[in-house]
Amino acid sequence: MGEIKTYTISIFTENHVGLLNRITIIFTKRRLNIESLNTSESEIAGIHRFTIVVKVSEETVIKLVKQIEKQIEVVRAFYHIDEDTVFQEIALYKVHSNTIVNGIKVESLIRDNHARILAIENDFIIIEKTGHKEETNDLLKKLEPYGIMEFVRSGRVSVTKPLEHMVSFLKLN
Amino acid sequence: MGAPSTLVSTKTNTSVALSGAEAVIKSLIQEDVDLLFGYPGGAIMPVYDALYHYQKEIKHVLTRHEQGAIHAAQGYARASGKTGVVIATSGPGATNLITGIADAQIDSTPLVCITGQVISQLLGTDGFQETDVIGISMPITKWNYQVTSAEEIPEALAKAFFIARSGRPGPVLVDITKDAQFEQFNFDYKKCESIRSYNPVPTTDQNSLKKAASLVNESKKPYIIFGQGVILSGAEQELRQLLEKTGIPAASTLLGLSALPTTHPQYVGMVGMHGNYGPNLLTNECDTLIAVGMRFDDRVTGDLKRYCKQAKIIHIEVDPSEIDKNVKCDIPLLGDAKKILQSLLPLVNKSTHPIWMNEFEKCKKIEFEKVVQKDFFPKKDQLSMGEVLNEINNITKGDSVVVSDVGQHQMISCRYAQFNYSRSNITSGGLGTMGFCLPAAIGAKLAQPLRQVIAIVGDGGFQMTLQELGTIKQFGIDIKIIILNNEFLGMVRQWQELFFEKRYAHTEMQNPDFIAIAKGYGIEAKKITEREGLNDALKKMLTHNGSYLLEVRVGKEGNVFPMVATGASVSEVRLE
Ligand SMILES: Cc1ncc(C[n+]2csc(CCOP(=O)(O)OP(=O)(O)O)c2C)c(N)n1
Repeated sequence: MGEIKTYTISIFTENHVGLLNRITIIFTKRRLNIESLNTSESEIAGIHRFTIVVKVSEETVIKLVKQIEKQIEVVRAFYHIDEDTVFQEIALYKVHSNTIVNGIKVESLIRDNHARILAIENDFIIIEKTGHKEETNDLLKKLEPYGIMEFVRSGRVSVTKPLEHMVSFLKLN
Repeated sequence: MGAPSTLVSTKTNTSVALSGAEAVIKSLIQEDVDLLFGYPGGAIMPVYDALYHYQKEIKHVLTRHEQGAIHAAQGYARASGKTGVVIATSGPGATNLITGIADAQIDSTPLVCITGQVISQLLGTDGFQETDVIGISMPITKWNYQVTSAEEIPEALAKAFFIARSGRPGPVLVDITKDAQFEQFNFDYKKCESIRSYNPVPTTDQNSLKKAASLVNESKKPYIIFGQGVILSGAEQELRQLLEKTGIPAASTLLGLSALPTTHPQYVGMVGMHGNYGPNLLTNECDTLIAVGMRFDDRVTGDLKRYCKQAKIIHIEVDPSEIDKNVKCDIPLLGDAKKILQSLLPLVNKSTHPIWMNEFEKCKKIEFEKVVQKDFFPKKDQLSMGEVLNEINNITKGDSVVVSDVGQHQMISCRYAQFNYSRSNITSGGLGTMGFCLPAAIGAKLAQPLRQVIAIVGDGGFQMTLQELGTIKQFGIDIKIIILNNEFLGMVRQWQELFFEKRYAHTEMQNPDFIAIAKGYGIEAKKITEREGLNDALKKMLTHNGSYLLEVRVGKEGNVFPMVATGASVSEVRLE
């Protein structure tokens, strides 16, 4: 079946209700787990962009992309390995305010990890870190001893390094 | 996601004010629809009311169940090449369509399904007869769309017809809220000719065409397996020309049957689990396999790891997702089968393959001795399904449309029925839907009114949709129905016999009096149990003016062979 790798699938679609469902069905039907999913506009007006991360073999990702492209409202879909993309995720950590008041350590943790404080309230503060999963996970572990009230990480957003595609493939009127 | 986008057509000054419901009918007329299959109910009543005013333009066949309506539309589409149209109400009406939609999706049948929906303010409130038919049908439609304002109707339907019939055909569903059906708007219809995100027929790579041709020219044992793609693209003639020029033997898949006349000297039979001996066995002997408009279904390939490993494979296919899905090919030829075969024809050499053809002949003899002879001329007292088919062939000489259900009788029909014309074999392939036959035969007859339509059905499958006898009677549809009654769910029983040590768990059937049922519906019927009466009974049925039901009692425990058991390789095709 080939080596299992992380693939980022970028899907360019017409923005129609229900398309997200049509796309996820392709994964669930094959019992494949979506590692992360993000939807947003793209640089082309009216064209929507889905970014889906999966861990599968190349053979499988090729089949997935073909099934995705088969959907009427999908314009094009592409898959890339991590090396061919620049990608980021954003993580938010909610911790007790006293951790920061009492701990210089936390402050340096934030600094050393290139994170930042997003909001400070009476009872809690919110830390934000952008990076790859390993990096945001790493900070999570380091903050754990101080008590984390909430943690959330976004889906991956990714831009591909090869220049050719999008515009050239999207022969749009 | 952004706000739900809607389809809004650009208006011109030719537009006229009408209700959404009337716009549905007008749109259908614009798409040359003159026949609908359907069943009314609350949420679709405005459309039915509009239909009342268009009885001259559009004939509506009221079935006895929505499943009947959609299978009839499938039968119509398969026998005519046109798009079948079904209408049903919301909730249970819509959910009753689901089996047929799934069947049409897997068998690439062009259908437009129109369902009523609760008024838009009630959406998401669990309103009376509200079901999320868009959500439910999503995995089994080529496209679906919910209309909530009348303005969207013309464009939604124009897209629906374009999508259903173009490229690899399939079912689409348009769900229309009741308020959109009532709403008045300025109607204007423009046929859909393209959708920017949709490329129905990929362009064929010219280089691959040349490579394919030289591969064909070099091969010693080339072999063609063709599927329904040939029929869907209207490539019957081109297939024949290619065969005759190259001398290549050709086998059909279940759904490809009738694309080539069964009497063609290069036609070697059917592949698949209950296909013919040679076509299965020699798949693993050929040196080049040319797959035309077929999708290497598991019932065709058996064990993939031992399927056609020795050969180079050329795959002619319109749907890119089928390439390398099950079987890796050496040369994919993407595009329309008809055009591809046309382009291949001048590139291939004139040739013959007598020694290779003879391999098929040898297999045919073996199959005749071990299987066909026993099926056609059984030593037992009890009638066999095979001899019924043999008698039908003797009488009809391959001129009729044969519609079958699912099970042993289906495999026997498809193995033995003779076909002279394309679109003559209508059966549920990919989904294997019992209950398909009777309603599909209705559609087939309406599509081909001048041809004899024979419905061959098991006692089990008949009882899944027998209420459509009412439709047959009401609309005077002339179908000859043959129930091959073995008092068992025969195909399941066969598996129990072969793979579950004859533990017949819940497969024996205590059947009703089928003759009384047919007569109750006002349909002529007769039952036969003896060999002596068979030929006469068939002749009487086939010359009868109007629909007729013939019940034939066959042996209870007959088996269908050859067989490629699940997990076995095509080389391991069993003859007994
Ligand atoms: C709707 C549906 N339910 C169950 C099955 C499984 N199944 C396949 S063949 C078969 C037996 C069919 O029996 P019958 O209609 O009497 O035909 P026979 O095989 O005896 O010719 C069954 C139950 C099916 N294909 N479709």
